[in-house]
Amino acid sequence: MADWVEACAVDDVEEEDVIRFDHGGRTFAIYRSPDDEFFATDGFCTHEKAHLADGLVMDDIIECPKHNGRFNYKTGQAKGAPVCVNLQTYPVKVEAGKVMIQIA
Amino acid sequence: MAGTIKRDYSLVGESTRRAIETGLASAEWYHTDVPRKAIKELMQRSDGPAIRDTIIWIAAILGSAAGGVYFWGTWWCVPFFFVYGLLYGSSSDSRWHECGHGTAFRTRWMNDVVYQIASFMLMRNPVTWRWSHARHHTDTIIVGRDAEIAVMRPPDLLRAALAFTGILDFRYSLPALVRQAFGKLTPDEKSYVPEMEQHKAVIAARWHVAIYIATIALALTMRSWVPLVLIGVPRLYGTWHMVLTGLLQHIGLADNVVDHRLNTRTVYMNPISRFIYWNMNYHVEHHMFPMVPYHALPRLHELIKHDLPEPNPSIWHAYREVWPVLLRQLKYEDYFLKRELPPTARPYRGEFHEVKMSAAAE
Repeated sequence: MADWVEACAVDDVEEEDVIRFDHGGRTFAIYRSPDDEFFATDGFCTHEKAHLADGLVMDDIIECPKHNGRFNYKTGQAKGAPVCVNLQTYPVKVEAGKVMIQIA
Repeated sequence: MAGTIKRDYSLVGESTRRAIETGLASAEWYHTDVPRKAIKELMQRSDGPAIRDTIIWIAAILGSAAGGVYFWGTWWCVPFFFVYGLLYGSSSDSRWHECGHGTAFRTRWMNDVVYQIASFMLMRNPVTWRWSHARHHTDTIIVGRDAEIAVMRPPDLLRAALAFTGILDFRYSLPALVRQAFGKLTPDEKSYVPEMEQHKAVIAARWHVAIYIATIALALTMRSWVPLVLIGVPRLYGTWHMVLTGLLQHIGLADNVVDHRLNTRTVYMNPISRFIYWNMNYHVEHHMFPMVPYHALPRLHELIKHDLPEPNPSIWHAYREVWPVLLRQLKYEDYFLKRELPPTARPYRGEFHEVKMSAAAE
């Protein structure tokens, strides 16, 4: 059964930005889109082990800080070399000012 | 020296195995602390600076080409082809580089178009080189891992000198494109290009080779050298500035370390070289934060220079500094230049890497 886990407060993430969230020995990335929606993905780039939370959010794209690999953080889709493997995404909901993600 | 292990620059050899075993491959690298807010601001993309620079670049290429063709057969064509060659054979490298990172323009397709054009000018397969450069950033100057080590140890000084003429690159690049066009990738190339991307490298090589064949056919039809002087051959006569600036990125510095302050060099350069080189003279800064676009590198430099070695004040100064190091490396290949950090910097961490500090020239 997948659990909903509190990742952060809404105000912890700036608009069009990303933060890192560690839970249960795993690392996730929590995004706030320019239109004020929240999303969550695995925290590491699928190309090499780089924290996506150090990357750049542009519209619906997260760009990895190491090799500039780009993913759509809403769908997890890899957008081309050097990333070829999609990113795992997680359901997100906001409750009482908290960002919750559902982790399998 | 006892204990010295010969470097094996193949990407599937003994040094590769050792780099993986010792954790040097895909390691965690030193970064200067920069607040998220500041680095986020520096990483921001915009199309404006690169569109302006690209318009100037294309206008200068077309203008110098037109002048060269107009004055063909007289000595007046020489200065025009000097400029044309410089733009074609040298400035294309920085455009290739920045657009390969996807940082020059905010708009993706603009990066892709300039990347493809610049790759062609450089005789570089746009697919294999994209991957080799990703590896260069993962494992910068890690022997057996980095596919872009320009001067290996012990240094081959004749080879380095010939690089300024473009002859060696030409001799390697053109046959490599032909080989790739026939569907053959080397074991080294296969080590850094994922299998699912390898067919794209073959297709790209076929396009490049087809354009060269068309150019040769045109030259034969016209019974003129002009098509070749405009396409392909500038990779020979215009490459010197790319080598002049590019060699300084890492030459004479440490290898097998995980701190870019030890293996990478920042050099202050004149405005013309900086335009041609698109600010890649701020090379330590670029390697530490590859997400920062070329036009923001001077600002990044100001922000973190307290933590970096003093930059060389000029190209000339940098070569004067590195020359004796290269001479000494001829006899003792473990020797390298360890650049001093300012008192405000966090010190080099010996445990961060396996380099023998006793071998360094301080």
